[in-house]
Amino acid sequence: MGSAGRKFYSISVAVFFAGCLSLLMLGNGVASAESQIDIYPFADEAEERRYKSLTEEFRCPKCLNTNLAGSDAPIAKDLRRTVYRLQVDEGYSDQQIRDYLRERYGDFVLYDPPFSTQTWYIWLTPIGLGILALAILGRLLGRARKQAPVALSDDDLGRIATLLEEK
Amino acid sequence: MSRASFFVPLGIFLSILALGYVGFSLDARNQLPSALLNKPFPEFSATSLLQPDVKITKAELLGRPALVNVWATWCPTCKSEHEQLMRIAAETDVLMVGVDYKDIPERAVQWLEQYGNPYDYVLDDRDGSLGIELGVYGAPETFLLNAAGEVVYKRVGDINVRIWESELLPRFQALEIEMRGQSGPGR
Repeated sequence: MGSAGRKFYSISVAVFFAGCLSLLMLGNGVASAESQIDIYPFADEAEERRYKSLTEEFRCPKCLNTNLAGSDAPIAKDLRRTVYRLQVDEGYSDQQIRDYLRERYGDFVLYDPPFSTQTWYIWLTPIGLGILALAILGRLLGRARKQAPVALSDDDLGRIATLLEEK
Repeated sequence: MSRASFFVPLGIFLSILALGYVGFSLDARNQLPSALLNKPFPEFSATSLLQPDVKITKAELLGRPALVNVWATWCPTCKSEHEQLMRIAAETDVLMVGVDYKDIPERAVQWLEQYGNPYDYVLDDRDGSLGIELGVYGAPETFLLNAAGEVVYKRVGDINVRIWESELLPRFQALEIEMRGQSGPGR
């Protein structure tokens, strides 16, 4: 395999991993659009939107990757009712509702884990990988730039001239 | 580029594989930590299933180690752990508290008549609100409390002989020793 072959090989590997990574990120970004329907009365649309965004924010404790809004598990239904009660009947703020659920179900219900001694590596791994990727990319680019242009011998020039003339 | 760098992608692939292998085998749903661990059991006031005019509060759970077992008649695993609960009730001094979670009270009473009642207190939590206070997301779930009413252990899933002997019994014995140590000199 020549140097061009090798370069092609390393670039395709890089592209493959970049592709995998972006697919993963895309997958996380696309939240389930469906939601379970409970009939609750709201004073106005703003209240209803708040309820919707809250139930979409929390993770159903019974399910691994479904939010309260999207799960048909009985516990999700109960927690939706709880969110409604806290928001509408008790007048809790969003943060109070978050704290309420977290005190009972732990960080698990928050999709957004806080930075702590137990979770630091979750936060730092992507940053570390990003730095690693940049370093590798920098090295590859630097090497490509350093490569001297190939000098053509008189023989080569002669062959080129003949080939061009033949046309 | 050296020959060795050809193996870099393979190395990356193998480490992703290893990460996945470890990660997926870690994913034991029973290990979901309780937010209540090492914290006081929440205050509550619940109706007694067997005496509907009696209210049971946290005060009744204090003074000796307690096993709070969340169960329901709709839960097949609760049926399979029932025998073990009966044995625990017969063999130890632990205060047995049942939380009848999101259940039909008549069915629960019938269940206890039919299979035996291991509990000192049975709380009627038909709407699941006490369950939410406890961070319960299914049944059965079991909490071990010390005499001061703090949660020292939580188990999601059934209590079988193995779990009782390896996880609960040693903790229960430690609590008993701790209690005797505190009240011993006074007697």
